[in-house]
Amino acid sequence: MVGSTLWFSLLLAAAFAGRATALWPWPQYIQTSERRYTIFPHSFQFQYHVSSAAQVGCSVLDEAFQRYRDLLFGSVSFHFPQPMGKQHTSEKNSLVILVVTPGCDQFPSLESVENCLETFSQLVQRSPEGTFYINKTEIEDFPRFPHRGLLLDTSRHYLPLASILDTLDVMAYNKFNVFHWHLVDDSSFPYESFTFPDLTKKGSYNPATHIYTAQDVKEVIEYARLRGIRVLAEFDTPGHTLSWGPGVPGLLTPCYSGSHPSGTFGPVNPALNNTYEFMSTFFLEISSVFPDFYLHLGGDEVDFTCWKSNPDIQAFMKKKGFGEDFKKLESFYIQTLLDIVSAYGKGYVVWQEVFDNKVKVQPDTVIQVWREEMPVRYMKEMELVTSAGFRALLSAPWYLNHITYGPDWKKIYMVEPLAFEGSPEQKALVIGGEACMWGEYVDSTNLVPRLWPRAGAVAERLWSNKTVTDLDFAYKRLAPFRCELLRRGVQAQPLSVGYCDVEFEQT
Amino acid sequence: MEHRGLGWPRLSGLLELLAALAVQAVRASAVAAASPDLCLWPMPLSVQTTPRVLHLSPDNFFFSHSSTSKAGPSCSLLQEAFRRYYDYIFGFYKWHHGSADLRVGVELQQLQVSVILDPECDTFPKISSDESYTLLVKGPVASLTANRVWGVLRGLETFSQLIYQDFYGTFTVNESNIVDSPRFPHRGILIDTSRHFLSVKSIFKTLDAMAFNKFNVLHWHIVDDQSFPYQSVTFPGLSKKGSYSSSHVYTPNDVRMVIEYARLRGIRVVPEFDSPGHTQSWGEGQKDLLTPCYNGKEPSGAFGPINPIWNTTYSFLSKLFKEISTVFPDEFIHLGGDEVDFNCWASNPEIQDFMRDKGFGRNFKKLESFYMQAVLDMISAINKNSIVWQEVFDDASKLMPGTVIQVWKVEDYTQEQSKVTEAGFPVILSAPWYLDWISYGQDWKRYYAVDPLSFEGSQEQKKLVIGGEACLWGEYVDATNLTPRLWPRASAVGERLWSHKDVRSLEDAYRRLTIHRCRMLRRGIAAEPVFTGYCDHEDRM
Repeated sequence: MVGSTLWFSLLLAAAFAGRATALWPWPQYIQTSERRYTIFPHSFQFQYHVSSAAQVGCSVLDEAFQRYRDLLFGSVSFHFPQPMGKQHTSEKNSLVILVVTPGCDQFPSLESVENCLETFSQLVQRSPEGTFYINKTEIEDFPRFPHRGLLLDTSRHYLPLASILDTLDVMAYNKFNVFHWHLVDDSSFPYESFTFPDLTKKGSYNPATHIYTAQDVKEVIEYARLRGIRVLAEFDTPGHTLSWGPGVPGLLTPCYSGSHPSGTFGPVNPALNNTYEFMSTFFLEISSVFPDFYLHLGGDEVDFTCWKSNPDIQAFMKKKGFGEDFKKLESFYIQTLLDIVSAYGKGYVVWQEVFDNKVKVQPDTVIQVWREEMPVRYMKEMELVTSAGFRALLSAPWYLNHITYGPDWKKIYMVEPLAFEGSPEQKALVIGGEACMWGEYVDSTNLVPRLWPRAGAVAERLWSNKTVTDLDFAYKRLAPFRCELLRRGVQAQPLSVGYCDVEFEQT
Repeated sequence: MEHRGLGWPRLSGLLELLAALAVQAVRASAVAAASPDLCLWPMPLSVQTTPRVLHLSPDNFFFSHSSTSKAGPSCSLLQEAFRRYYDYIFGFYKWHHGSADLRVGVELQQLQVSVILDPECDTFPKISSDESYTLLVKGPVASLTANRVWGVLRGLETFSQLIYQDFYGTFTVNESNIVDSPRFPHRGILIDTSRHFLSVKSIFKTLDAMAFNKFNVLHWHIVDDQSFPYQSVTFPGLSKKGSYSSSHVYTPNDVRMVIEYARLRGIRVVPEFDSPGHTQSWGEGQKDLLTPCYNGKEPSGAFGPINPIWNTTYSFLSKLFKEISTVFPDEFIHLGGDEVDFNCWASNPEIQDFMRDKGFGRNFKKLESFYMQAVLDMISAINKNSIVWQEVFDDASKLMPGTVIQVWKVEDYTQEQSKVTEAGFPVILSAPWYLDWISYGQDWKRYYAVDPLSFEGSQEQKKLVIGGEACLWGEYVDATNLTPRLWPRASAVGERLWSHKDVRSLEDAYRRLTIHRCRMLRRGIAAEPVFTGYCDHEDRM
């Protein structure tokens, strides 16, 4: 999917003029006119162009048509103004879709039509009398970066399935196309593995309620697919794995206090063959469950103190000739893991430490840059990663779990992902970025208002042309877009003082 | 002066109450922190529990009035509370009928409620309302005793927090003996419905959660620069032209409903009509109220604070506050008085003349005081007491005794408390509790660590601190994020204002707060997590 060439050009010959400028994210090319068309909900339809390669029966599109019909006109009953007395407006009855290369049943495929429908839905407005209308508009649009992701963390807090699905909806409204699912971590292991059921049985918060069954995972993947969103699953190792321990005895490193085990455990034990046998079986399952070409293998924040304390690891280090350099041990583990995953025909994304610690990785590895200051400023890191020839994903300035008072979306918005020293070839290696919502202080009570519309700032940065940076222009569109999110039932928090016609209603 | 007679007697009653509370507090002390399994919030004054457990069956448990109680089934406030707390205790769990365990242990079948004095069923809570209670949990009949219904409400909340489901799902409570009363009588939450409108439903939710945390004052900052959602009967133009839209208003009926909903939970509603600054939205519906600002010799078209030099201003305010004093039953009205910008006043030639005539020179604080004095007089003339923000004290040469000063500026707030109490004025503390100022991580610990009496001053001065308020200003808050931003962060303030000053272990607070947060979640309050972890019953699950 990365680097998809399926650009979609949308010609809207629709009616009525006004402020057709409340689009988010802003399209690459747009021309609006004063000419305004009335839309009659009862007769309006989405149609396949006769020469479209996709036709009725293309599930992704058929369902999208239905969804956007509901978003536009609601499922509530209202009186439809009848098409009489044309006056100076004219009527527009259909949006014609032409797809060159369909791929209706493939994974992340028809993102472009999906995005076009979203844009179309944002163009439709309603007059005070309740008539729907649209200005004659011509738009040609395509994303600036192919990887526009959002990370959710379901380990620090469990997120009910409904929260994840709702997030996918709002991602689609913002033209995000990658759901980075940080499934497991130290705190809990909610992913129910059929190969190793003990992982959730012993590692989840509650093995009956706080888990994702195989069915849940399938549902997330399909729900995402229908919205043109890839699911990038992360199983972070060798650190951040405490919750794996109870379900897989012997997997984690026993920490020592002097010459005795202290009873606590550290990262995955890289000195045992069993570890790699386990990983090999486990990732075979993961590779088949998650259809995306990429897996995220983590590799961040490995704490060496436990490894250092363990005599077996010390012996292993000596045997391998690693000396006192635990980065070499980390490299050894990661390289072995990467080999396993490559053998399953998967590509991988890793956190920047893997690169920083000079792990030998395959040239097509994607490095996700997340540290703001250390070891270097993140833009310097982008420069280093790309100059080493790796593809890079930017997240460092977009940790949305970090909150401050006031309109922090502006800071988020003003980041320019390519603002580093480097050749055009280096810049071309930046495939996009991700907004990250880590879960230490976030669960389903505060996820939505904390995420939206702040993540929208990242979405536009990754989709729109790099010249679209004016904050006033952004505010003028983002504020109404936030109201539109409210209208669509999304609990998106306010940007500043003011109101929306339709406010969020407590249940 | 006339107002003196109105302000002080009430206040001295209040001081006696405070003194009584202080005595009780000394008696109680450290017992509370001892019991490791208790997850009460806020921690009562004195708690004794035993390992002996009682079981409750949803089918066979009820609240009742003791035969000696001054309140009976005609007290609808209590009847409503019984129904509510029955639901909180049993409603959100899966029932386990006829559990074997139940037959083994002793059953708790009844909580018998006894009100000793005139119950005050049909009155509004006041600052002097007695919220103390004692709770004796033993089988088969437990008893809850209080002087007034207000204490019963607090005791019911505590009782509901004592009950848990054991390993087999049986409703269980340990035999206990609890004696409780609040440390401060004024424990408030400020909501701001001007920067963003909050639906009545959102306000109800907030009142529910306040009751779970034993807050007893809703400080309703109802209007401000941005919008005027309060629908005035006397001046309907104010909300007609000053609200965000015609659906963003509080009708008289809405206001009545909020006041009644609060009353049933033992919560006072203190309205704030902030002036002379923060009044841009008033100008939309009331011509010639705000000061026209000048650009040199010409009016600039912009408007400043309320114009303090015209008689029409005061006759308008007098009528408006008269209406407010009848709509809101509480004895206090908050008059604001904060952040008055003098630039516009200074630019206006008429005001310049007025200043000269009055001999104010260039000191606009004197003009501000002149205005505030007039409004304060107005309020005392309609038999109400006033609360004002600290600037009114800071900028005044003299101020009517009994005026309650709300300290909100975070810089040197303890010094401000010293000054205000030294001058003999009662204080409400808010400065360290601006919850709209968010930051990453567990900021509740900062709110919790504050002690409202940590300023320098005599015992007499300390007694003047009537309590505090957690403020959630609305610039970045509306119904979408109100609840998770307020709870459980405000709970930290709730315990600080209710519990004994020695209840301050962060570790124990963390343990209890985590469980309390899950409890709020179960009761339909989307309180955000304290830290990593989970609740049995998650929001949206």
